[in-house]
Parts: sequence; C-alpha cells; structure tokens
Amino acid sequence: MEEGERVGLIGPSGCGKSTLAKVLSGMLCPQAGEVRLDEKPLPKKGYRPVQLIFQHPEQAVDPKWRMEQILNEGYFPDRDLLNALGIEKEWLIRYPRELSGGELQRFCIARALGPKTRFLLCDEISTMLDPITQAQLWELLLHCSEKRGMGLLVITHNRALAERVCTRIVKFEDLNGKGEETHAKK
Amino acid sequence: MKRVSSIKTLAGPAAASLCLLILLFYGVFGDQAQLTTDFSQSGLAPSFAHPFGTDWMGRDMLTRTLFGMSRSLGVGLLAALISAAVALALGTIAAVGGKQADRAVSWVIDLFLGIPHILLVLLISFALGGGMKGVVVGVAVTHWPSLARVVRAELLGLRSAPYLLASRQLGKGPLLLAARHMLPHLLPQLVVGTVLLFPHAILHESAITFLGFGLSPHEPAMGILLAESMDYLTSGMWWLAVFPGLTLLAGVLLFEYLGSWLQKRFTKEASI
Amino acid sequence: MENQTLLTIEDLSVQFVSAGIRTTALSGLSLTAKEGEILAVVGASGAGKSLLAHAVLGLLPKNAQVTGRMTYKGQVLNEKTLPRLRGKEITLIPQSVTYLDPLMPVGRQVYYPMNKQEGRAKTAALFEEYGLSPEVMKKYPFELSGGMTRRVLFSAAVLSGAKLLLADEPTPGLSRETARHVLRHLRAFAKEGRAVLLITHDLDLAVECADRVAVLYAGTLLETAPACDFAADGAALRHPYSQSLWNALPQNGFHPVTGNMPSPGERVESCPFAPRCPKKTALCREKPVPLRPLRGGTVRCIHAT
Repeated sequence: MEEGERVGLIGPSGCGKSTLAKVLSGMLCPQAGEVRLDEKPLPKKGYRPVQLIFQHPEQAVDPKWRMEQILNEGYFPDRDLLNALGIEKEWLIRYPRELSGGELQRFCIARALGPKTRFLLCDEISTMLDPITQAQLWELLLHCSEKRGMGLLVITHNRALAERVCTRIVKFEDLNGKGEETHAKK
Repeated sequence: MKRVSSIKTLAGPAAASLCLLILLFYGVFGDQAQLTTDFSQSGLAPSFAHPFGTDWMGRDMLTRTLFGMSRSLGVGLLAALISAAVALALGTIAAVGGKQADRAVSWVIDLFLGIPHILLVLLISFALGGGMKGVVVGVAVTHWPSLARVVRAELLGLRSAPYLLASRQLGKGPLLLAARHMLPHLLPQLVVGTVLLFPHAILHESAITFLGFGLSPHEPAMGILLAESMDYLTSGMWWLAVFPGLTLLAGVLLFEYLGSWLQKRFTKEASI
Repeated sequence: MENQTLLTIEDLSVQFVSAGIRTTALSGLSLTAKEGEILAVVGASGAGKSLLAHAVLGLLPKNAQVTGRMTYKGQVLNEKTLPRLRGKEITLIPQSVTYLDPLMPVGRQVYYPMNKQEGRAKTAALFEEYGLSPEVMKKYPFELSGGMTRRVLFSAAVLSGAKLLLADEPTPGLSRETARHVLRHLRAFAKEGRAVLLITHDLDLAVECADRVAVLYAGTLLETAPACDFAADGAALRHPYSQSLWNALPQNGFHPVTGNMPSPGERVESCPFAPRCPKKTALCREKPVPLRPLRGGTVRCIHAT
C-alpha cells in the first residue's frame, strides 16, 4: 500500500479479512511472512503507526473508564478534531455504557488518529451504524486521509461503500488470499 | 430518593460487617476477668448472669465463646488473605506466563482440588506441629485453588478484550495495562472470592482443632471449645456445645451473607 | 383483497424510571402490521427499535412504564394475554446462536414442543426447504455456521405456527448475498399470510425486501412509507429525516447531516429532528408535532406535503 492510498477489501465472512487486519496492525504475529512499513518490520513497542478500528466499539473501550480517559489514552486530540467528529463536551464525563454505538465509534476513531498514525485499518467500522452516522464518519476519515497522506484499509462487505471511499478494491476470495483487483473509478 | 434506597440496601451489610469487626477485636480489648476459674460457679445452666452458662471450671461461657470466635476469625482472616494472595499470584502466572506455566499451574490446581480439603489441612497442620502456624498454613495452602481458577479465567478473558488490544496499539506497556485495565476488573472478583473464603477457612480451622490436630488448648478457639464440650455432654451440660456451635454458625453465615451481597452488587454494577 | 390487520399499536409510549428520574424511550408510536406484509422498522442505534419489539412481546424490564394500546387481532395485549400469545401467535426470531441450547441437537430444539414423530417429519421437511441437510437435525449448535444457525432459528419460528414474527436485526455481519437469502425467507413467511416486523438499521436491505418502512428517530416515529417511496433522490418521502437517511447511503450520494441524535435524557416535546433539519422553521420548535396520514403513509412533520 502506498501512502495516502485507500484500499477496499471485500469478501464473504469467514474468509480471513479480520485476521489480516490484526496481522497488519501487529496484534497478531504471522506464522510465516512479514509485515513491513517503510521496508522495516512493524515496531513492537510504543505507539503503533498502523492503527486498527474495530467493528464493535462497545468492546473496544474499557467499560470502567470515563470517555475522557479513553480518548486521551494514546495522545491528546485537539478540540478541532473532536468538533469535526461531532464529539460533544458533555460526553467526555460519561461512561461508555451511557453512549450509543455510533457515538462510541467516534471516540475510537479519534483515539486512533494520533499524529504518528500512518495507516488506519477499518474493520467493518460502520456496519452497525445508521446511514447518516456512517456518512459522517467516512467524510471525516476521507478528509483526514487526504490532509495527512494517511493510508486507509477499508474492510467491508458493502460494495457500494467500498466504491465510494476507496481508490482501489481488492476482492478477498478464500483463505489463500487470492483475489482479483479492480481499480475504482475515483 | 436514591439516598433512601441506598441507605436501606446498605443497612444489612453494614450491620453484618460491624458484628464481625466487634467479634474480631473482642479478643484484643475484651474483659478477661470473666475467665477466671471459680469452682463455686461451675456447671451453671444459662441464666441472666451467664447467658451461655458456665463450664466445669466456672468460667463464663459467653466470654469464652466471644474470645474463641475472635481467635477463630483472626486465624480465618489470616489464612484467607494468604490464600487470596497465592490465588492472585498463581492465577496471574497461569494467565500471562505462557502455555507451559498455564499447564503447570492448572495441574497443581486440579491436584489440590482432587484431594479433600480437610484431609490436606489435617496433614499439613500435623506436619507443621499444629498450633497457630500449622492451622494458618494448612488452611491457606488448601483454599486458594478455586479462587486461582477464577483469577485465571478472568485474566484470560481480559487479555483478549479488544480494548486491551487497542490500548496496546496506543503504545501502552504491559505494566500499565495490568494496573489500569486489568486490575480494576479483577478486583471485585478477588474481593468477593476472599470474603467467601472466610467461612470455609473458619470452619476448617475449627474442624481440625476439634479433631485435635490444630490449635492447642492454650489457644481456645471455637474448635477447642467444642471439643472440650464433648467430654461434658454426657453429664448434661448441653449449653457448652450448643451456644458456641450456634455462634460459629452465625459467624459463618454473616460472612456468606456479606460475600453474596458484594457479588450481587458488583454484577449489578457491571450490567447497568 | 384487503388483508386483515394483525397488530395495531396506538400511541405507545415507554418510559423508564430509575433512581427517581424518568426518561422517555419511546413516545406516541402508532403502527399497524397486516397479514402478508413485511413492515421494516429502521433507525439509528438507540432510536428505540428493539424496545418496540420488546414492548410488543411484553419483555420490557420491570422499571418500564408503558402507556398506549396494543391489540393483536382485536385483542388487547397486556400482562394477561401476552404470556398466552407469546411463542404461539407472536414470536421472536432471535439473532444469534446464544438462543439455542448448546446441549441439545438442533432438530429436537425445533420440534420439542410437538409430538415427536409428527414434529420430526415437519422439521425435516422445513430443513429441506431451507437447504439444510437431514443430518443437521442431529448436530449441536456449536457445529453449525452462523448462516445455518439462522436458518434453524427460522425453522423454529415457522414451526411454532406464529402469525406475527418479529425479526430483530437478522442480518448484521452477513454479506449482501447471504442477507438477501435470509430476507427471502421472511418474504416466504409473509406470503403464507403472516405478518413480519423486521427490525434493522440496514436501510437499503429494508427497502429492498419490505412492503412498508417505519422510520424511528430518538424514540419517535417520524414516518411510515411504502418501500417504493425510497427511490431516486427520496423526493417521494414525507419526512426530511427519512430523506437524509436515504441520501446518506453510499450508493445515493453519501451525504452526511451534521449533529447527533438526542439521547434519551435530552429529548424534547417538539420535533426531535428540528436541530438538524434543513427545512426547520420557528414553528417546528413550538409544540409537539402530531402524526398524521399522508399519501398512503404517515408523517410527523408540519412541512410535509
């Protein structure tokens, strides 16, 4: 993947898309092969330049933390970003169970958009959301990607979505990772 | 509105803890005067002056029971705390130490669970020469496995929680993860587990003391009181066994009550 | 031929009372479900979709206060009638494996309320219809894939003979093809004269398979519309929110609307969408907007024509 490139990964459930995302982000170690960033292996410590956003935001935040702590765990996002994401001030003092899935997902995205983030892996991040929230989040992600030259890997089963947001689409067919590549119009 | 309901729900547990605390410290601050031998008062049935009666040496049984309970609670407390510490350590090793460590710890857990508690406590206590040390070590060594299991399972679940993965992605080291994400989730389980260990510890302590393998007659805990009473049952001094027995039962039930209250409280908090 | 109305909901409101604070989760909801139709209920998470299903089934928690009227075939639904109807006349198609007993073969779980021989034969026939081989009957839930489990749950719902089916989010995480397959089964139910209440956040699927679509927002029903009104740029829709929802789909422009849905604590009496609405006027904020019939549907907007 190139810098600032937006690749869509589509394929049926159970074909290994989510596993691939975990390997790419460095959460899982591959049994064979290597993931390289700038020709170097991924760092094992510190803030990871490849960040993963999960499908279920309610599982991706510690239920005992206040939203403010969750948000600031990696770095301190500035107010502009929070405004752009539609994160409201009074949400910060709440606990995760007091927010909806769409609202939590905004926090997860903000948390992953640290200054050192080079690639963002989005694993079905808007599947559980309504269309308006989905469109809001993607508008912001595309904006960020363009402004910072940040790469996006979009894992989804929604073809229309992939065509909207991606510059290149890879179809994942089976466990061997064989697939055809199609270039989207954009 | 909220205030009222929380006072109501807190009243029971607060009273229970107060009772147990008073019992525990009675041994330290209690009045020993009633324990002097006075043969003119020996073998009296329960009355207003001596609600629990007196024993064959004329000692007030109520006072003896309170002192005995205090000692038993102390031993139970010590043993339960040591047990909980062992459980935490071994559970953690099993959960984060890799496959080999997990296998080893799980094997030890199964081994301990396979042998009847009372037998093991007996053997260990006897091997250590009985007394306070024997009982505490015996009870502590035998009561950790079930709690260690809980700790291990909880940690394994936490370890793969997406929010932990995310936190690691954000550059947090293992110590920070353990302290800020894992401990807060583990603590309630551990506290409940420890409180629920008390009744077991106390009962086992009394049991082995009763059988003569635990505390010596110079350290009159509940087991000793009950064992002694057996000699006098045939002479009709039923109160020597009944009242201390009931007190022991009440203490154990209080702990059970506290433990299950805590458990309910924590699960409720988690499910809101 | 006019189909009989199975379920009528009139002015349903659900409030939760917790620690002396009352929050309104659903307000003034009116809906009908007819035989032979699929009614989709769509909305963002937290809009009150699942709550609606739970209210119809009488499965709300104890601190919920329900007002309004629900009738099934003219019979009022309340604590007395619901236990009798639930599972026999009205049934829920749950969304996941966790609703199956892990220690019982799935075949038996489908037919166990019935007599054994008859039940087994019927289950086998149903399984065949759903493309499940006869061996599946002897399998345990953990041996089935997600799609198979869903088909088993469907069979159980059919065999119960219920006339009103509530399907709560039957499709998340499924690929388009599998999801369509699931929805074809719902259509088959409807064809047999049942009514299906499909609860989903997936608007394009709802539009594709349902007859009518009800749009919920912040606990309020904003619109019910024939599914065919969700087309082109959404001009046929009655409420601005439905239009925004439709136009936010990736294939229809992907236009976001700024702002957030108000949470249950901050709900207002007037139009809940007004703060984000492109057509809002001062009138929108003044008083509660009533639900009124319009062009074969209903709408809760003073500007709709």
